[in-house]
Amino acid sequence: MRKLIVMLLLVSTLLGGCGYNTLQQNDEQIKASWAEVLNQYQRRADLVPNLVNVVKGYAAHEKDVLTQVTEARARVGSVQATPELLNDPQAFNKFQAAQGELSSALSRLLAVAENYPQLKADGLFRDLQAQLEGTENRITVARNRYIQAVREYNVTVRSFPSNLTAKLFGFEVKPSFAPENEKAISAPPKVDFAAPAK
Amino acid sequence: MRKDALVLALRLRWVLLLALLAGSWALHAEVSVPPLQARVTDLTGTLTAQQVAALESRLAAFEKQKGSQIAVLLVPTTQPETIEQYSIRVADQWKLGRKGVDDGILVLFASHDRAVRIEVGRGLEGAVPDAIAKRIIAEVMIPFFRRGDFYGGLSAGVERLIQVIEGEPLPEPTQSPATGISEDASTAAFGIFFGSIVIGRWLRLLFGPLIAGLLAGVAVSAVFWAGLSLPWLFGLMAGFAAFVFVISASYGRGVGGYYGGGGGSWRSSSGGFRGGGGGFGGGGASGRW
Repeated sequence: MRKLIVMLLLVSTLLGGCGYNTLQQNDEQIKASWAEVLNQYQRRADLVPNLVNVVKGYAAHEKDVLTQVTEARARVGSVQATPELLNDPQAFNKFQAAQGELSSALSRLLAVAENYPQLKADGLFRDLQAQLEGTENRITVARNRYIQAVREYNVTVRSFPSNLTAKLFGFEVKPSFAPENEKAISAPPKVDFAAPAK
Repeated sequence: MRKDALVLALRLRWVLLLALLAGSWALHAEVSVPPLQARVTDLTGTLTAQQVAALESRLAAFEKQKGSQIAVLLVPTTQPETIEQYSIRVADQWKLGRKGVDDGILVLFASHDRAVRIEVGRGLEGAVPDAIAKRIIAEVMIPFFRRGDFYGGLSAGVERLIQVIEGEPLPEPTQSPATGISEDASTAAFGIFFGSIVIGRWLRLLFGPLIAGLLAGVAVSAVFWAGLSLPWLFGLMAGFAAFVFVISASYGRGVGGYYGGGGGSWRSSSGGFRGGGGGFGGGGASGRW
């Protein structure tokens, strides 16, 4: 009886020890958290047309910012956001760049909106702004969870002995997120004390 | 004299280095998430004991009636993190709301930052969308906060949240909303399980190991399944475990002894308020005053 139990334990540790199950779990976790990231980006993209329309109502002559947002939104839509994106670093970077562009265009739009008290007092605009803030926060949370999942997976793929299993079954290291606005962060901020042109 | 000072400094260099390290660490350290013990956690001393009790009982009554868990946390500051970053960490750790329903809400108040946030669980994002959360903060809570009436703002905000959630069709609250298996049942299950092993060891002397093990196993699974209405698979597994433990006498002695020693503390640690396992995705809104 006791021999049987010991055997069972031994076999299950051997199976678990090669890391195959962990790899599968981690891989699924990545897929799920990536789906959540896409979901939240989609949610933000869906908000953009409404937001642009409301701003247009009060600040139609801010054409530059409005067209920038619309164009960035169109570019985001043109990048096919599929789960397969994860296995193609080039497409992944392109997707990232497009989303980053939309982020900065939207923050410019909100900065411009600060100059229009009537727009800021508009109930619809305030609701949309709250939704946009909430969605940006959800994106951050989803991205963090994705980074976490990728980190766990990559550690499994690269550490012994699960790296052998990973090689055998073709699991490769997956890309993670760099900050969206890498360039903007590394450039020093410009401070201008000249009076703003009105 | 100067030499003495030098020797002293040399002797103390490790202490100095440690102090320096600790100092720099403290500057960058994130605010830790307090353990969840009650629905209202005030780390700032903003609320009086009566106010905490009043808020606490309102939230407890609401959980009993609707099943959703709302918790209020007051901290001095969330720096160096933003209130959003800190709030999702708290929510992830506390796991407010029922598992699968995800109907938890965290109201986070940072007094020095003059910031407040409503963190909404995934299951309530329909009832409390970001725009509604923002309105509750801007139109209900912040006017009170500006006047310095923090309790008024928090209780009015909580009251509005309750109103909003009440309109949402959610699963009925069960007798034990915190976990699927109630505290009492799991305590009883532990008692029965280990009790049966101890009794099984006595039965061994009378009937021999195989029959004693079978008796203990069948008794445990029957009581678990029929008596405590736990899932039948769980009962079966517990019965099998009891069978194995009784058959190998040395295990029985070891486990029986463990229960005698550890049982008391296990029971006493499970008290107070606990999150039900709800998930958060970063929904909600924040505001400043």
